[in-house]
Amino acid sequence: MEFGPHLMLAMLEGLVQASVLTLTALGLSLVFGVMRVVNVAHGEFFMLGAVLAWWITSMLGGPAAVGFIAALIVAPLLVGLLAGAADWLILRRIDYDPERTIVATIGLLYIIQQVTLMTYGPDAHPVAPPFNTRLALPWFEWGENGFQMYWPWGLSTTSYKLFVIVAAIVTLIGVWLLMAKTKIGLILRATQLDSEIAQAFGIPVERIYALVFGMGAALAALGAVLVVPIQQAHYLMGADPLLLSFIVVIIGGLGSLRGTVVAAVLIGMSDGIISVFFTPTLAKMLATLLVAMVLVYRPQGLFGAKAA
Amino acid sequence: MVNKALPTRRKILTGMAAVGAATALPDVTRFAHAGSHSAPIKIGFQVHRTGIGAAYGRWYERTTNAAAKVINDAGGINGRPIEIVAEDDGTDPKRGAEVLEKFANQHGCDIAYGTLFSHVVIGSAPRAAELKMPYFVVSEGHHVASGMLNRYTLQPGITDVKSQVQAMAPWVASNLGKKITMIYPDFAFGHNHRDFFSEAIEAQGGEVVAKIAIPPTEASFTKYFPKIPRDTEVIYHVMVGPSVLTFVKELGEFFGPSAPAIFGFVDSLEAVDFATPGLEFLEGTHFWEGMPRYVQPNQTEYDKFYRAAIGIDENGASVDDPKDVSTYAHMFGCWETLFTIKDGMEAAGYKGIEDRTKLIEAVEAITDMPESNEHPQGAKLFNGKTHQVFGPQYISKVEGGKLMVKHTTSLEDGFYPDEVDYTTQSF
Amino acid sequence: MKKSLPLHLGLIALLIALQFILPVYHHGVLARVMVMATYAMGYNIMFGYTGLLSLGHAMFFAAGMYGMGLSVTQLDMSIGPAFGMGILASLLFSLLVGLLALRTIGVAFMIVTLMFSQTIFLTILYFGSVTRGDEGFVIQQSVRQIAGLDLSDPTIRYFAALTLFTTVLLGILWLVRAPTGRVLIAIRENEERAKMLGYDTWRHKLAAVVMSGTVSGAAGAAYGVLFGYVGASFAQVPYSIFPLLWVLLGGAGTVIGPFIGTLFMFYLIDLSSGITDAYMLVVGVVLVLLTMFARNGLMGIVRERWAKWLP
Repeated sequence: MEFGPHLMLAMLEGLVQASVLTLTALGLSLVFGVMRVVNVAHGEFFMLGAVLAWWITSMLGGPAAVGFIAALIVAPLLVGLLAGAADWLILRRIDYDPERTIVATIGLLYIIQQVTLMTYGPDAHPVAPPFNTRLALPWFEWGENGFQMYWPWGLSTTSYKLFVIVAAIVTLIGVWLLMAKTKIGLILRATQLDSEIAQAFGIPVERIYALVFGMGAALAALGAVLVVPIQQAHYLMGADPLLLSFIVVIIGGLGSLRGTVVAAVLIGMSDGIISVFFTPTLAKMLATLLVAMVLVYRPQGLFGAKAA
Repeated sequence: MVNKALPTRRKILTGMAAVGAATALPDVTRFAHAGSHSAPIKIGFQVHRTGIGAAYGRWYERTTNAAAKVINDAGGINGRPIEIVAEDDGTDPKRGAEVLEKFANQHGCDIAYGTLFSHVVIGSAPRAAELKMPYFVVSEGHHVASGMLNRYTLQPGITDVKSQVQAMAPWVASNLGKKITMIYPDFAFGHNHRDFFSEAIEAQGGEVVAKIAIPPTEASFTKYFPKIPRDTEVIYHVMVGPSVLTFVKELGEFFGPSAPAIFGFVDSLEAVDFATPGLEFLEGTHFWEGMPRYVQPNQTEYDKFYRAAIGIDENGASVDDPKDVSTYAHMFGCWETLFTIKDGMEAAGYKGIEDRTKLIEAVEAITDMPESNEHPQGAKLFNGKTHQVFGPQYISKVEGGKLMVKHTTSLEDGFYPDEVDYTTQSF
Repeated sequence: MKKSLPLHLGLIALLIALQFILPVYHHGVLARVMVMATYAMGYNIMFGYTGLLSLGHAMFFAAGMYGMGLSVTQLDMSIGPAFGMGILASLLFSLLVGLLALRTIGVAFMIVTLMFSQTIFLTILYFGSVTRGDEGFVIQQSVRQIAGLDLSDPTIRYFAALTLFTTVLLGILWLVRAPTGRVLIAIRENEERAKMLGYDTWRHKLAAVVMSGTVSGAAGAAYGVLFGYVGASFAQVPYSIFPLLWVLLGGAGTVIGPFIGTLFMFYLIDLSSGITDAYMLVVGVVLVLLTMFARNGLMGIVRERWAKWLP
């Protein structure tokens, strides 16, 4: 494929990945930002979203769209409740101490993975998208008659992939509205700024933490439900999203939701774009090294507050 | 916040101390028997119950148990029943080696068997040799025949990648095309395909016009497809792992109606139903199969017996659940390996651990394995020097959502010069 | 002060005695645990004593392992010098990593170490023609001989592992009581204050990284030497998480904590896998319970309740 169409295809694909990554990372960013803890089990909540989506759609049967919409609503809700319970039962008892939270969430990771393996099994199962048509995309070239459109071989996307991008943007706007314009958003931002003073103002910090932890997990699960018709649900699928979300949150800057979104888009798209120019493994190597170097020379991330 | 209902630290510590004390007790092997000729022969089964290999491990275990039952129902080996002692290796090389130690030193197993993933085999084989325990792997890897391992490691039940790939080249070149783009995972398994197939197709006058290596955990593939050159006649793909279905779907979405010929290894779709939405574009394409998943018009009585014993229907799925598709192209290796172990033990007059080297020598002496209930995949030839078996390979076409065999390669198609002679090595 | 040396020497004496009385299986397990405990002790230098949480220590373990392994396969070295090369490789590598990563702190440091570790893993895969990628390669038994001693013989292997373990254990014991070690602890407690007291904290942190990386690399090289396998799985994220887990369980910031944690985790997995297929579930539950009720790890509890002098 010529360079132009290839790049466009890579960018489109990157945009789809970035959309899912944005939602997942946003979930982690909320938790990280407000509660200041590392949730190693975040990827497992993502995986649960996908697995529950499969379960819901298989149980309901019928047209794919019905099952999908049900999954879109129910799966994040269930995952959010589970996460909230985990926070209430476990994290609260260990005082949100950073190191102990890491160990506790590693334990949670093993538990969730093993239970999923025992119930859902080791195989990857697909979920049918609610709709999916191949859309051939045009490209332009300068021919004898001026600018002409033509349809390069292979340059295409699908209607569902475009939907994912739109859905992610809609969710982002929803989250932004929640944080900026509602009372609960105000409470969340206050708790993030200074939890002690927030408590002094009568904010039930522990309940807020449970809510935040649940919301973070629900966002990850939502991202997973959106992506599962493109990929499959598999019990080990949480590892990569965990890694990538972490990178995105740190690069974007702790406590900055805007930074998270920008970083997610950058990282999601760069993966695809770099692969146009380099062989895949080399591309991944360079991307990983690039992330490390960004942090080495700008430890607070792109939008984070500079540490004293 | 002290909650008296929860266990105190003291209780937990006491519990842990008890565990500690228990491990300090002298080792009591759980399957201790007084030495007697009706004592079972213990086969340590190194199985991937968790980790990335779990989807295969499940079917390996099912096939193993079925074969063991058939063997025991027929009187066992040398009049003794066999007992399968299974341990999960987590698809991890370090744990794999530890599990072999458990087999040898804790369970008192006679032999170890059953590993699929190559890195676990390579991580465990040194320990097998040190423990002087015969290690029968079912891995498809070329590591055994390459000479990297040792005289205790054998692969008599499944052919290796080099042989499989080489055998494909003549048919692909004369039936599909001579300009190939290869798409493979960027790790050892994929590299084996890349190297062996490139060599083989060039010997047929063909040419690999592009080699696209995909990183191990990749979950979206569309961005790689633009690298496929326009003049490609055949796309050769052998992706494995949980995202394989995505790969195939996106391949179809990328090409739409105008795709070149496609040749894949059914590894991509092991345990996956061909009727899954999104796979329609595979209709008319070809696949390598280790053993034909769908019942063919010329099904042998051996295949029928094999399917009945394990509980597989005519679509290669479980009789209990038609959606539970098996890893049919690989699991026969477990069945055939167990029967080879039986043949070896009977030829060696195996009585106990002291006869382990005699067992290996007896297996090394095996040559022809005729097609039978014990070898339902096809007639085979075992190379005692390289410890690797050679067998037929099947090329099938997707017709009406099922794989129909179009060509069976001869054993000679898969031969390559010996790279090692383990029989000259000492024990 | 007077009690800690006999305690640690006592542990070593116990390990020597166990070599003669342990049944075969547990004897082999202990040899393996001692090597991995050395890795955990290396991790503890950075994490438990200096307060630097790295999520990428597998890269040091792998550096030592591949430094040794490639010296054997590519440079035809014998096993002794190859082991030395493994240590050298991890020393140089940890110096490089320290120089770059120490420009960050806290969570950024965690991610940077994680990223470097991922890069190393991908590099091992990329140069697969030399490293044999994810499959790894074998160090043949015939190569693993020193001065006529076969390192794969159970007794010799045990003593080799014990020698490595003892050297590192005593080394760390010395370190935590030496001035350098005390500065590291001061940095962990409050880096600003240590700086204000006039200590060059950056240099001390770099020293911690180099010591930690080199010890971890020595453990990696030792694993390859004693168990005959070099593979990329050891450079992946789980092998960075394990030493963190072992140290936290056993007691971060104690000298014998890492050993206790490694031993405990091994037997937890081994025993529960005998009872149930879902042993990772058991491990997960135990981890959660432990962190809820035994916050400073097993040795941390010991130190709190009975032995305040425990280093």
